[in-house]
Amino acid sequence: MTKRFGGAVAVDALDLKIPAGTYCCLLGPSGCGKTTSLRMLAGHERQSSGDILLNNSEISGLPPARRGTAMMFQSYALFPHLTCLDNVAFSLRMRGVLKAERHAKAREMLRLVELEALADRLPAQLSGGQQQRVALARALVTNPAALLLDEPLSALDPFLRGRVRAELKRFQRELGITFVHVTHSQDEALALADLVVLMKDGRIEQQGTPFEVFDAPRTAFAARFMGGHNVIRLPEGLIAVRTDRTRLLPPGAGAVPATIRDVEYTGTGYAVTLIGPGREEWTALVDEAALRARPLESGQAVGLGWDREDLRPLAED
Amino acid sequence: MSSSPPDRRPMGRPVAPLLQAAPLALVLLLFFVFPLLATAVVSLWNYTEYSLVPDVTQRNYVEMFEGCSNLGEGLCTTFRTYLSTLRLCAMVWAFTTLFGFAISYFLAFHIRSDTMRMALFLVCTAPFLTSNVIRMISWLPLLGREGVVNQFLISTGVVDQPQDWLLFSDFSVVLAFVHLYTLFVTVPVFNSMMRIDRRLLEAAQDAGASGWQTLWHVVIPLTKPGLVIGSIFVIVLVMGDFVTIGVMGGQQIASIGKVIQVQMSYLQFPAAAAQAVVLLGLVLLVIAVMTRLIDIRREL
Repeated sequence: MTKRFGGAVAVDALDLKIPAGTYCCLLGPSGCGKTTSLRMLAGHERQSSGDILLNNSEISGLPPARRGTAMMFQSYALFPHLTCLDNVAFSLRMRGVLKAERHAKAREMLRLVELEALADRLPAQLSGGQQQRVALARALVTNPAALLLDEPLSALDPFLRGRVRAELKRFQRELGITFVHVTHSQDEALALADLVVLMKDGRIEQQGTPFEVFDAPRTAFAARFMGGHNVIRLPEGLIAVRTDRTRLLPPGAGAVPATIRDVEYTGTGYAVTLIGPGREEWTALVDEAALRARPLESGQAVGLGWDREDLRPLAED
Repeated sequence: MSSSPPDRRPMGRPVAPLLQAAPLALVLLLFFVFPLLATAVVSLWNYTEYSLVPDVTQRNYVEMFEGCSNLGEGLCTTFRTYLSTLRLCAMVWAFTTLFGFAISYFLAFHIRSDTMRMALFLVCTAPFLTSNVIRMISWLPLLGREGVVNQFLISTGVVDQPQDWLLFSDFSVVLAFVHLYTLFVTVPVFNSMMRIDRRLLEAAQDAGASGWQTLWHVVIPLTKPGLVIGSIFVIVLVMGDFVTIGVMGGQQIASIGKVIQVQMSYLQFPAAAAQAVVLLGLVLLVIAVMTRLIDIRREL
């Protein structure tokens, strides 16, 4: 599918198949089209061309509520004038479900997210994590086949983010429905996803399991965005080597020379920042024992090396 | 907290905050509390054709409600006047709220660019650059028997006689009021609407709400504070008005403001003051009921 805004192409011929019951993360920098893609799935944007199929039926002509998808909005978009219970029951109310019935169903959803005790509170009286769970309950009350989450963790502080992230994964596993989660954080994608879809400029740059995308980036962009890689230009082409597989060798040895700029203690080891001959910045993770055996200091000249199987050739952009 | 900061003024209360509050308190005392008290006091005075007599008498209140306990003979003058004023007020309120809401809705949700929105909003306020009275009087040549509207209706054959109900009628009074006061609803309602997170509308759509359902279940509840503030403006302005009702009603329509003005012109200040006190009480009651329904302080 393709989305154009005026002359600008926001999403360019996106072709993606997400198996049912998958936790899929659309990952990319801001402006890469990931949110637009999600909004097209949800039905809040109309694609300029192409089809959207859910369980093998075409849904792109349907309004958001009839698609079998539910959306969890960035910063949740809870109705501030309604209690948690009424927020969760909102979509049932719109369908004309009677009060007793919709409240019973909503209570059941709140029990699922362990917020039953707070059913009569207003959203403003809840913490960020609790609001997020109300939003989740509200999205799930219609039994969607796919849940679409737009940056669901970005409104939370870093401490909560980790906990809520684990909860999201647990809900997805227990419910067995498809989650499509938009994020710009590669940590989030690696931790949560069964399928990582890395996007750039409206196109899919690379997709695969978190391990595949992290361990074997196809392009320099993928390697840099996922992090943990040194992108190095060798005479035979551009390559990536994981920072934890990059070895520091005596000067003259290895494939490329470099100068140490900084040695930082990271707790589990040391991060050595290096400057290449073309002012490139690289990092090598060195464990404590290795550093103690052969001390390093800034300004020191070294050579970079790696094992043959750790080298990942990159496609030229 | 292991230790509290040392109290530099153990005796008495600090003076600085009181001094800081003093200028505003003084202004309020002089221009708000004093006139109200004076009105209340004068409403208890006596008067003759040519003099005011300081006194504590119930005469003004008794005369105001003379014959009002006897409902068998129809409503007394005061009740009928109040009823007429309240009826006008209700009509004006209904129309200004409807138009104010519609205009705000259009500006807030249908105009996409901020520049355009501000430009149109300023256009809405442009008529306020002229005086109230001029805007009101300019209706007269339009609505009169020989006025533009009648001429147009006759020339197009819609009617064959000039229409009298266009001017000096409830219609012209309500029209002028709506023209004058719709902006007083538009501004607070627009303000409330601009605070609504646009994602809430998408969330409602996502939940299967139709346009009308979104309006009723999301937009209107979240706009209520603005609606209440606008309503207070309109009700206060219309209940106390005598100029618009006088000019547009051809001095034929009864209103409390008009009664007070007439009493003032006959120098019956105590009687006018008593009317004013009763009117103030009624308007405060209306506002109390409305603010009980919605907590507007949350919005201010």
